[in-house]
Amino acid sequence: MKRSLALVCLLALLVPFALFAGGAQESATEAPVEEPYKVAFVYIGPPGDLGWTYMHDVGKKEMEAALGSAVETTLIESVEEGPDSARIMGQYARNGYDMVFATSFGYMDYALETAMDNPDLLVEHCSGYKTADNMSTYFGRMYQPRYLSGIVAGSMTETNIIGYVAAFPIPEVIRGINAFTLGAQSVNPDVEVKVVWTNTWYDPVKEREAAIALLDSGADLLAQHQDTTEPPKAAKERGALSIGYDADMGQFVGESVLCSPMWNWGPYYTATVKAGMEGTWESHQFWGGLSEDTVKLSAMSALVPADVQAKVTEVQASIVAGDWDVFTGPLYDQSGAMILADGEVMSDGDMLSMGFFVEGVVGTVN
Amino acid sequence: MDLNWFVCFLGAAVVAGTPLVLATLGELITEKSGSLNLGVEGMMYMGAIIGFTTGLQTGSPFFAFIGAALAGILGAMIFGFVTITLRANQIVTGLTLTMFGTGFAGFIGTPIIGERAPQKIIDTFVKVKLPLLGDIPVIGEIFFNQDYLVYLTYILIILVGFYLYKSRYGLNGTIVGENPKAADSLGISVIGYRYLHLAMGGALCGLAGGYLSLIYVPSWQDSMIAGRGWIAVALVIFSKWNPYRAYIGALFFGGLNIVGFRLQQFDLPVSTYLLDALPYLMTVIVLVFDSMRSKSRSHAPAGLGTPYFREER
Repeated sequence: MKRSLALVCLLALLVPFALFAGGAQESATEAPVEEPYKVAFVYIGPPGDLGWTYMHDVGKKEMEAALGSAVETTLIESVEEGPDSARIMGQYARNGYDMVFATSFGYMDYALETAMDNPDLLVEHCSGYKTADNMSTYFGRMYQPRYLSGIVAGSMTETNIIGYVAAFPIPEVIRGINAFTLGAQSVNPDVEVKVVWTNTWYDPVKEREAAIALLDSGADLLAQHQDTTEPPKAAKERGALSIGYDADMGQFVGESVLCSPMWNWGPYYTATVKAGMEGTWESHQFWGGLSEDTVKLSAMSALVPADVQAKVTEVQASIVAGDWDVFTGPLYDQSGAMILADGEVMSDGDMLSMGFFVEGVVGTVN
Repeated sequence: MDLNWFVCFLGAAVVAGTPLVLATLGELITEKSGSLNLGVEGMMYMGAIIGFTTGLQTGSPFFAFIGAALAGILGAMIFGFVTITLRANQIVTGLTLTMFGTGFAGFIGTPIIGERAPQKIIDTFVKVKLPLLGDIPVIGEIFFNQDYLVYLTYILIILVGFYLYKSRYGLNGTIVGENPKAADSLGISVIGYRYLHLAMGGALCGLAGGYLSLIYVPSWQDSMIAGRGWIAVALVIFSKWNPYRAYIGALFFGGLNIVGFRLQQFDLPVSTYLLDALPYLMTVIVLVFDSMRSKSRSHAPAGLGTPYFREER
């Protein structure tokens, strides 16, 4: 009796799974023409995260719109940065895909492994530093729009304490914090940027806790290098201002988000896939800035005064024109030691391995 | 670190500790009757997602939390059916329930990731200062300037204490957990009490999940519970199955969860990874110390984890 009851329950449980399995859909677009160029995207999170993955997905859709039926795409979301990712990318290669975009740093070694095993597959890896004949890296100079957002933050803070919810103490994040701080100091020399590390890219609970800790310590404006909208929401609840990241977070949170340094992958994805289709693709290390439109600053909130907006536009124009870049001397680190002499410009190599905080940042790089 | 720093920190610790208190009380009641339900994490996930979706659909804070509690009960009933009626292994079933709940929340929640709880619910659970109690210096600011659900947990702790130690039903349930054969011979329904305690425990775990998704974060995101269910399991042991001690433990762990971000601002020469690991490290230490205690002093219900076979008497 017991056994048959258990069996019935088990079967009842399995029925919906069978139904779902039958109804599972491929997100690949239909291909009316022969032999479309097949491109796969591997995402670290869900496209609905309104942050990092969302922006890659927006770029993917732009590329699809630009190239139309000549390209066939698929995506897989929430892939862990582990051996599974190599298996997934290898599977795409076996299924006849021509190009794979691996959109997170942690896929690097697995992407390289996949590239080595599948010489016909073109691998595009975001934010890494390893390349091969058929593997490239691509990333953006996010520090440029971060500097611009720092100008806004420095102008708008009243307590002169800005909180910065930061993910991991790695050069990418440190570079962003330094650029942001330099931007804030350029308009407000008394500003202090307090950094709290969460050691996670994406954890709504931790990000909120870190944000509240910063607000409790006197910050009236929060910036972030995190992939959720929790820090701006926590700030809003306390009546504080914030700077978003990844996407235009003001759309999701409201006016209290003054602006967001954001990604804009569409142009790069379109150009790269096109190069792949035309056979002009070559292994490269792409690091696009404001002038390549890979990164940009979102439209500013109505709370930002016109003169601040004008100042941002002016600095942005000088960066785009190539007259000036963020890490130009004189530059001092936290201890006051000189890093760059007056007029000296930091090399890309030094920027990519940055491991110190500039003067004015409160926190430790560890 | 001035007084204001401590008040802010402890006030935040009370909030961070609230989901832990609820889940710990739930697991404590469950274990008191002899069921070792390791599915706390899963029930919290079910409560978090069902509470959140109910809130989205109805916009009502009341129905949202009823939904969260019912989802927790549903999880507990699955566990009860498999372990009490079908007499399967409790440990394995609990682990399965955790995996099921996590997957369940991911499956239902994917389309609504990033969505915010309805404004009405957020407005209902803003911090409210209690009259009189809230005016006590320091203590009032920490404990009595919180949201309604925090106040509800204070009442629940007292209710659970009263139920377990002063009421006939609670004492019957405790006997079932200590010695099911003796309870059965006294005419106490072992199966009935185990189901009852599971349901109460499930409801509390569901509420704990709902607190996280509806008040603490108020928006839906993946991996929201993040191991809190496991901390609750350890806290039950830490509390020696006593609801009042459970509250102290939950506050302590709630504080540990958030202390890292605050200590970072003092430029301590300690790795942030170590600060982040504190709650989990403490969980392991608690479990190690508990396992070193002799069986007679461990306070665990004697019948914990063993299914009851009347025919085997």
